Amino acid sequence: MSGGGDFAIRVEGLGKRYRLGRGGTLFARRTETLWALRQVRFEVGQGEVVGIIGPNGSGKSTLLRLLAQITEPTEGRATIRGRVGSLLEVGTGFHPDLTGRENIYVNGAMLGMKRREIDRRFAEIVAFAELERFLDTPVKRYSSGMYVRLAFAVAAHLEADILLVDEVLAVGDLAFQERCLQKLGSLTRDGRTVLFVSHNLVAVEGLCSRAIRLDHGQVAALGPAVDVIRDYIAGNRRAPAALNIEARAGNGAVRIVGAQARGTSSGPGLMLMGEGLEVVLDLEAQAAARVSLSFVVATHMGFKLFNASTRDVQQTVELEGGRRTRWVCRVGPLPLRAGAYHLDLGVAGATANDTYDYLPRALNLEVTPRDVLGSGQPLAASDGVVYFPYVWETGST
Amino acid sequence: MQRPQRAASETVIEASRGWRGFGFGELWGARELIWVLCGRELKSKYRQMAIGPLWILLRPALSTLVFTVVFGGLAKLPSQGIPYPLYALAGLLPWTFFLEAARAASGSLADRLDVISKVHLPRMVLPVVAVLSAAVDFVGSLVLLAIVMAVYRVVPGASVLLLPAVLLFTAAVALAVGLWLATFSVRFRDLRFGVAYALFGLMFLTPVAYSPEVIPPAWLWLYQLNPAYWMVEGFRYAVLGVGSTPGLACVAALAATALLLLSGAAVFRRTEASIVDQA
Repeated sequence: MSGGGDFAIRVEGLGKRYRLGRGGTLFARRTETLWALRQVRFEVGQGEVVGIIGPNGSGKSTLLRLLAQITEPTEGRATIRGRVGSLLEVGTGFHPDLTGRENIYVNGAMLGMKRREIDRRFAEIVAFAELERFLDTPVKRYSSGMYVRLAFAVAAHLEADILLVDEVLAVGDLAFQERCLQKLGSLTRDGRTVLFVSHNLVAVEGLCSRAIRLDHGQVAALGPAVDVIRDYIAGNRRAPAALNIEARAGNGAVRIVGAQARGTSSGPGLMLMGEGLEVVLDLEAQAAARVSLSFVVATHMGFKLFNASTRDVQQTVELEGGRRTRWVCRVGPLPLRAGAYHLDLGVAGATANDTYDYLPRALNLEVTPRDVLGSGQPLAASDGVVYFPYVWETGST
Repeated sequence: MQRPQRAASETVIEASRGWRGFGFGELWGARELIWVLCGRELKSKYRQMAIGPLWILLRPALSTLVFTVVFGGLAKLPSQGIPYPLYALAGLLPWTFFLEAARAASGSLADRLDVISKVHLPRMVLPVVAVLSAAVDFVGSLVLLAIVMAVYRVVPGASVLLLPAVLLFTAAVALAVGLWLATFSVRFRDLRFGVAYALFGLMFLTPVAYSPEVIPPAWLWLYQLNPAYWMVEGFRYAVLGVGSTPGLACVAALAATALLLLSGAAVFRRTEASIVDQA
């Protein structure tokens, strides 16, 4: 915790209240309200890198929006010393018809960069994005990876004293995510103050010295990142692994009404390294249907690891109308490293490409460390997502 | 690793109470952004079009043709001795500028919610950019007027020097309308249709298709309180040298515009602070 004089961000009793169910009509006025953030108080010293973690809806994004001055707080105040750059989204205001070069200038200006500043850093931005050859191509012809690279490159070269970073890294391929994290790391070594919101606990632990955990709009924990994260994971373990239907898609002819993922000898939402995985789906069909079931296991950053689908094994699932049916998928021992993973669940037509139900990030899966390599120590978090048994030997040359 | 301490600016973020000024200083500070966004607007508008910027000329040309057939040919509306097509064009150009500018400015926040909910920029920039982009189209469309004037061998007099003032006045009215409506258009999406109809109606209360000669002299003072009257008549006076001398009604319209602009800016500033919550 920094002393009184050299703070970069000081937040005192900050609160934000939203009105719910407030449509566009003049007549229907409902006064139901929700405090997305309440009595939040913390301080970030200059040059400090602080992570903000917490479950969905805990107020992380609201806090960043307030500090980025996208909207106003309802009560309390925040004081910020220095120029703020916010990366709440990559590529804000990119226009598909404009070229990469033009979009660099437009996007940079929107982020608050002066033209001279962009000129000065132009070569660096282009080199970071690795798009030299496509600078004069309209960005609508870019692949999504190129688009994200360009967008992140602009934002990362903003000359700000304080960077507010939302989960922008959940996009792009793994190699690029890695480079984004490295770039953030080098920014922090330059003495930049960074406030970093993420679900990626590994990234938070790697980048941040301190962390703040938000829960229901309030600061639930504040301290060294390692401790806050450890407590958070421990707390999650006790929490029931609820089904997240926030981003549900599909026509609803068949619904997933309950689901669970667990290691074969662990509780719901938990798995030990090297354990087999069991995924249970409870389904309800409006009318009799032939469907295919599938789930995807992905890292917390959204990188998809594998897909288990009835279609790939030439299996058809018959559902009776109006009755609840349970299907279970058992997966052999998984070489996943410890960390946070999630599952996307889907029900589709057996033959046609109808999506009946699709639940992205439906279930969380926390893989906990275990001594899987026979070292006598639980395998520590390090690079990579998976592990395999290996042997090191000295060989004759 | 501490960054050398410099005289860092301090920003205080808290709930604003009451009025927050007009924000003109902030606007001036963002002039580079305005410039860049205008470029974006114009480039993106014309890049994917087969004949691109020629539309600037084609649209008023087609409108003039329709007006000439319907109002000049069939209704035989008077045109102060100027050939009707030229007279109508000289009304249509400033009117179209005003219409496009006011419409784009009113919808400027609602159209760019993606941006204003993700980056902090002086939001007044957006209606200003909308008006400026429309002004560029308008200046481009003056080429058509020059061609038509050449065809009818009409040469502008010294009054043409008033043109920038007329342009500025028109832009100010459009911006005032935009500032008043931009934040409300985010909350009430249907406002957009209302604005479209109101402006459509206003066109008939403005001497675009006809000359103000048709207004009974006893009612002229009331008719002239409409700021749009002075945009159109001012423009015609500047380029064609016809029209009425500005009287007390012109002063009143100018004062009303100034008042509308200042109040619009204040209302905009007061309502934009938490506008993204209401989208």
